[in-house]
Amino acid sequence: MAIRILVGVKRAIDYAVKIQVKSDKSGVVTEGVKHSMNPFDEIAVEEAIRLKEKKVAQEVIAISCGPPQCQETLRTALALGADRAIHVEVAGKDYETLQPLAISKLIAAVAKKENVDLVLLGKLAIDDDSNQTGQMVAGLLSWPQAVFASKVDIKDKKAEVMREIDGGSETIRVKLPAVITADLRLNQPRFANL
Amino acid sequence: MYSRQILSRLTTSTIRSRCFASTLVLAEQIEGGKLAPVTLNTLTAAAQLKQDIDCVIFGTEKTNETANELKKFTNCNIKKILLAENAGFKGLLSESVTPILLDIQKKNNYTHILGGSSTFAKGVLPRLAALLDVQPISDITAVIDKSQYSRFIYAGNAILKLKSNDPVQIITVRGTAFEAAKQGGGSGEAQIEKVNSTPNNDLSEFVSRQVQQSERPELASARIIFSGGRALKSKENFKLLYDLADLFPGQATVGASRAAVDAGYCANDLQIGQTGKIVAPDLYVAIGISGAIQHIAGMKDSKVIVAINKDADSPIFAIADYGLTGDLFKVLPELTEKLKKK
Repeated sequence: MAIRILVGVKRAIDYAVKIQVKSDKSGVVTEGVKHSMNPFDEIAVEEAIRLKEKKVAQEVIAISCGPPQCQETLRTALALGADRAIHVEVAGKDYETLQPLAISKLIAAVAKKENVDLVLLGKLAIDDDSNQTGQMVAGLLSWPQAVFASKVDIKDKKAEVMREIDGGSETIRVKLPAVITADLRLNQPRFANL
Repeated sequence: MYSRQILSRLTTSTIRSRCFASTLVLAEQIEGGKLAPVTLNTLTAAAQLKQDIDCVIFGTEKTNETANELKKFTNCNIKKILLAENAGFKGLLSESVTPILLDIQKKNNYTHILGGSSTFAKGVLPRLAALLDVQPISDITAVIDKSQYSRFIYAGNAILKLKSNDPVQIITVRGTAFEAAKQGGGSGEAQIEKVNSTPNNDLSEFVSRQVQQSERPELASARIIFSGGRALKSKENFKLLYDLADLFPGQATVGASRAAVDAGYCANDLQIGQTGKIVAPDLYVAIGISGAIQHIAGMKDSKVIVAINKDADSPIFAIADYGLTGDLFKVLPELTEKLKKK
């Protein structure tokens, strides 16, 4: 039975941009600054598409939470091969204060609603560097988590994941449905900006 | 008399559970049941909250040995060390550890739960935070007060100062931002208490672990790091760095930029940077590394930075204390010879 995957994609300031803190120190300047899909999310999307190409997955749904501009990021995911894209609209002031806990609740709710077998996220977003969302989505859903994945093999409703840990790597096996977060070396995304 | 004593003790404990603020530190073991270095940095951060500290150690064996090492840090105000030792914690899977940590929190009502920024704590603590419906705080670099902290964002290019309004604050600590706690200097002995919970995890299983065994110190705690970039050109050339590191046995080790790792010149876990290891050695020698923002994010707290690069315009020279413009293939052998003579 081919699985269904939900991939989270975040629109973040491009990794090559030299960021500037606003003069009133209330935040970082984002107006008129180049944004792209968070590089770790590109890796997550690539992994989902590869699973589809291997016929392990039958559907890849991309999700992004944020203002209207997130649709650019979602369109990129669709262009890369996602079947559907869901935009959870969070605008203006709400978006400025949107934090991983709320995002995790949104993603968990959609994962349940769409009845997916796997949630794939980047291990962290290069703007806030939090490294929390994947773990929290898994906690909220009471699903197993395999974070910092550098290799994923799906077989018999289980995912065998090699993950990067301090001092080396380890391999764990998690039952599906599960949450996996992508580390740098999971794959080399196609048409990547990097 | 007797009943009056009981009454007063009861009153005290009721007050304690209502407004007594305290901290739980997720202490970690390394090979052989020794205390992980990052726990010492975490203890320093925890001590800055100026509250009683309990510690909890998860493991399959030797948690008592680890606890005995922890007891030596008498100036950290550690009241209790909880030992969660069970074969079921093999691999320290988040699904095994988190429910038990949740139970411990429900029984003790800590106001702050701290762990070092290790793969273990980074896996468990956010998961726990979700179950407690609080927003976890990752990689703090400073404790401002009991609810305000600093942390880096944008690969260390900006510092965020935040205030948490959560009743329990769940925090991972950037090890290199805090001095390691020192032994002694206080009084009182921490009590050891066994946690009698059996992990019940049917969601995940541990398969295997491949950790680099080395006589050289870990990157996170090495005093000296010789770090190589893409300019090293090959895996074999990395030997030049290992030769240098081995001149300082027990003190120096080898790191790398992402470019070198991606090119296959060395293993993944040598990578230093925003998405790799964060280090702050006494001496960081960047060899053939251009100094991309993401690399600097991982080593800018180093006490002394030396850069060796053929290109005088490399960004690395902007943050280096000492710079040498030159061909690393000429410089390194010369440097090694000179050091050998000393």
